[in-house]
Amino acid sequence: MNLSSLTIPGARAAVQERKTTATALAESFYRKIGKDDPQIGAYLALCRERAISKATEMDALAAKGENLPPLGGVPIAIKDVLVTKGIRTTAGSKILGNFIPPYDCTAVARLEAAGAVMLGKLNCDEFAMGSSNENSAWKPVHNPHDLSRVPGGSSGGSAAATAAGMAVAALGSDTGGSIRQPASFCGVVGLKPTYGRVSRYGLIAFASSLDHVGPLAKTVKDAAILLRTIAGRDPMDSTSAELPVPNYVAELDKPVRGLKIGVAKEYFGQGLDNEVRNTVEAAIQKFAALGCEIVEVSLPHTRYAIPTYYIVATAEASSNLARFDGVRYGYRAAGVRTLSEMYRRTRDQGLGAEVKRRIMLGSYALSAGYYDAYYLKAQKVRTLLTRDFEDAFTKVDVIVAPTSPTAAFKLGEKVDDPLAMYLADIYTVTANLAGIPGISIPCGETTEKLPIGMQILGKHFDEATILRIAHAYESSRQSSVLSS
Amino acid sequence: MATSPDLSVSARTKYEPVIGLEVHVQLLTVTKIFCSCSTRFGDPPNTNVCPVCLGLPGALPVLNRKAVEYAVLAAMALNCRINETSIFARKNYFYPDLPKGYQISQYDKPLAEYGWIDVPGPKRIGITRLHLEEDAGKSLHEGFPDADQKTAIDLNRSGVPLIEIVSEPEISSPDEAYEYLTRLKEIILYTGVSDCNMEEGSLRCDANVSVRPRGQKEFGTKTEVKNVNSFRFIREALEYEIERQIEVIESGGRITQETRLYNAQEGKTYGMRSKEQAHDYRYFPEPDLLPLVVDEKRRSEIRKLLPELPEARRKRLVADYGITEYDAAVLTASKALADQFEVAAKSATNPKRVANLVQSELAGRLKAKGLSIEQSPISMKGVAQSADLVESGAISSKMLKDLYDLSFERNKDFSVVYEEEGRPQQSRDTSALEKTIDEVIASNPKQVEQYRAGKKTVAVFFVGQVMKASKGQANPQLVNELVAKKLGG
Repeated sequence: MNLSSLTIPGARAAVQERKTTATALAESFYRKIGKDDPQIGAYLALCRERAISKATEMDALAAKGENLPPLGGVPIAIKDVLVTKGIRTTAGSKILGNFIPPYDCTAVARLEAAGAVMLGKLNCDEFAMGSSNENSAWKPVHNPHDLSRVPGGSSGGSAAATAAGMAVAALGSDTGGSIRQPASFCGVVGLKPTYGRVSRYGLIAFASSLDHVGPLAKTVKDAAILLRTIAGRDPMDSTSAELPVPNYVAELDKPVRGLKIGVAKEYFGQGLDNEVRNTVEAAIQKFAALGCEIVEVSLPHTRYAIPTYYIVATAEASSNLARFDGVRYGYRAAGVRTLSEMYRRTRDQGLGAEVKRRIMLGSYALSAGYYDAYYLKAQKVRTLLTRDFEDAFTKVDVIVAPTSPTAAFKLGEKVDDPLAMYLADIYTVTANLAGIPGISIPCGETTEKLPIGMQILGKHFDEATILRIAHAYESSRQSSVLSS
Repeated sequence: MATSPDLSVSARTKYEPVIGLEVHVQLLTVTKIFCSCSTRFGDPPNTNVCPVCLGLPGALPVLNRKAVEYAVLAAMALNCRINETSIFARKNYFYPDLPKGYQISQYDKPLAEYGWIDVPGPKRIGITRLHLEEDAGKSLHEGFPDADQKTAIDLNRSGVPLIEIVSEPEISSPDEAYEYLTRLKEIILYTGVSDCNMEEGSLRCDANVSVRPRGQKEFGTKTEVKNVNSFRFIREALEYEIERQIEVIESGGRITQETRLYNAQEGKTYGMRSKEQAHDYRYFPEPDLLPLVVDEKRRSEIRKLLPELPEARRKRLVADYGITEYDAAVLTASKALADQFEVAAKSATNPKRVANLVQSELAGRLKAKGLSIEQSPISMKGVAQSADLVESGAISSKMLKDLYDLSFERNKDFSVVYEEEGRPQQSRDTSALEKTIDEVIASNPKQVEQYRAGKKTVAVFFVGQVMKASKGQANPQLVNELVAKKLGG
């Protein structure tokens, strides 16, 4: 069985039809991880016991000839910002180096209830803060397409593991592009759902109003299956929406002819790499060929998105990360004499440079005397950015844009230039600020054979349409690849 | 309290204090405000906890509907305007018993505003706001093996629902503060949303106080007095703090804006180190919770749960039972007592007699024994029974007094003692009575003469003598009749 091209329906069918067992499948993934992950660095922890236990359960069902649940026996891995009961969860941070959660996050609980076999926990930027995965306190992740390059971030482990065939699919989190950007760098599909579509319960918070849980997968269909499994109201998350979850998979094959595709000039401006521009523009032409109507739209406040994002995100982070104080769990500095010294040393030693930078920025933005000028202003701009999308979506069904201004860059290339690193999120943060769904799908590659991703943004709670359009594009691209 | 002998009366009267109170009241919900852990007091440390109230990574708050209902009920009882939409906010600060590093509270959009409490004077004290928030845990400094080196944290209280009630700076004396707090507690107790138990910390009060020259409009610099755990101590702490501030100003000094802790043993306040109070709480809207909406439908549902409040009830008791305002206040000290009284009074033949017995016979005995009316051996039912016995003439007032004394002696209710004493009856034996009257008439010829000469009021003297001779066992009505007959005969 070729693990690298194995999809969710493929894996489930193989177990269901007894071509293999879920146990054997999990073991072969562990072997591949053992062989390939030392070069890639995607995994932070493996949970073989739990995986085999779930796999055995699925095998028993299959042996009795019973219908497997939607993810029956499918090996999946989880970004380390999602807490898992009894399995070390660090969020890529030294401060949680010894943290074993006593409970499961909702998304993982739902995956396992649907039969998924959790292989382990995936590397990421510390507390999901970063665009290259170089901010992991443990080790960097290497891009499977070119080991000298970053996989993107912060869900770099999720994207790399999926791309390298070390998991059929993965869960990630996206606060400013952390699912979509690494998906584009690694040549996989990454979906950030609407805010409120998927429960955040058990997602270690970076910026609560911007954090989303979503899937990374090899195909749009796999992403649709995963979203359907994890989406829906959760009584443990007050911000999760009380809305029915559509059958995304059933909607994938509906025709796309006549749909209106918006193209915003603000997403094709300065700083966009030419190869990326040409590839995405060619992809847009493909939509025209599929019978979609291409409509120019404007999102006039886009240029304020990065500063707005970095104020809101850091402000919320400064508060969310206050609980890591060494008092109840996690790392505590040794040899301290006073309470205030314990706080300072614990946080100084336990948190990485980028995390501390953001805590300081955020604390500043919320400080007395600065709140109105920064946080309050940023919230107002956020409203304007959301309105931009609402206006645009009165004219079009989706908006297509590059996911990232460049393909994967080299490890170490931007580590000393935080601002340049922040600009890697320039096309993705707006969807987080507005809470709209977005999917990144592969749309070509650079001359250096690096994947290029294209982003499709949709209306609130209209994941069905962006999945459908992404699926149509993916199908036409595959058939053209096959016919060429 | 420690007043300064140096401070002259004239200096004292030159200034007027301005006081504002912040009261935290714990709501009596079964579960915490943002999770389903129990709020029970006194359980072993860290047993009523979960990922949410422990502030574990990834956990999220979910608002307790009952806590909202209770807070709205309290706000309505305090005459507040309920805001249709209010916003939870994070108050950020580091403290070991604050697991998330922030407290979920409400800031610029509180649940309710613009309320008031009437205190004797009469004076109306404004309530600025009433908002919902979560309690923190407790730091323990004793009661475990290495307590000399370590501090332990108990998070059972973390996430227990509180309301904070902030008064306007309109209170102008420690006595008025005491009255405000007494009324506030009484009202909250009536609504049933809290037990207001200060020992268990379910009612806590901080006071902001400043002084200014009488007639000046601007406020003086205020200090905040904390760590006060009874209304009496708050009055004392305020008295001390006002004197202290006047003294500082009179001797040419300036008041520092600071937090001061009250030491009840010494009766003094002490300033905290400034480092401990330099807080910028960096409030911002809590992104994990939606705005709290209490619409008109919900408000009217909750309004239906509002009981008759103490002030209204006092007025009605005075009107319905003809009792004094003072006694109405005694009887409305708690809702349970007032309820018992009314049930008992209504079941008695003459409700006013029940009220009178409570005022005259019960209140005096309770006072003598130092008991509160809730601790009375004689229940309201017992008072009603005794009232009916007197009313029907079965027992005399003197007998009632004796039975009440026995009740207090034996710490048993009236009905029990009445049975134990074999259901005593006042005498209706006319022949024995007539004999006594004859004796009294015979030994008081002078008074008989006066009576026969037209001074009919002397009859009272004879009745008294007869009652005395019968040791109060005679039926006074009967004695009256017989005395009149004999004297007239």
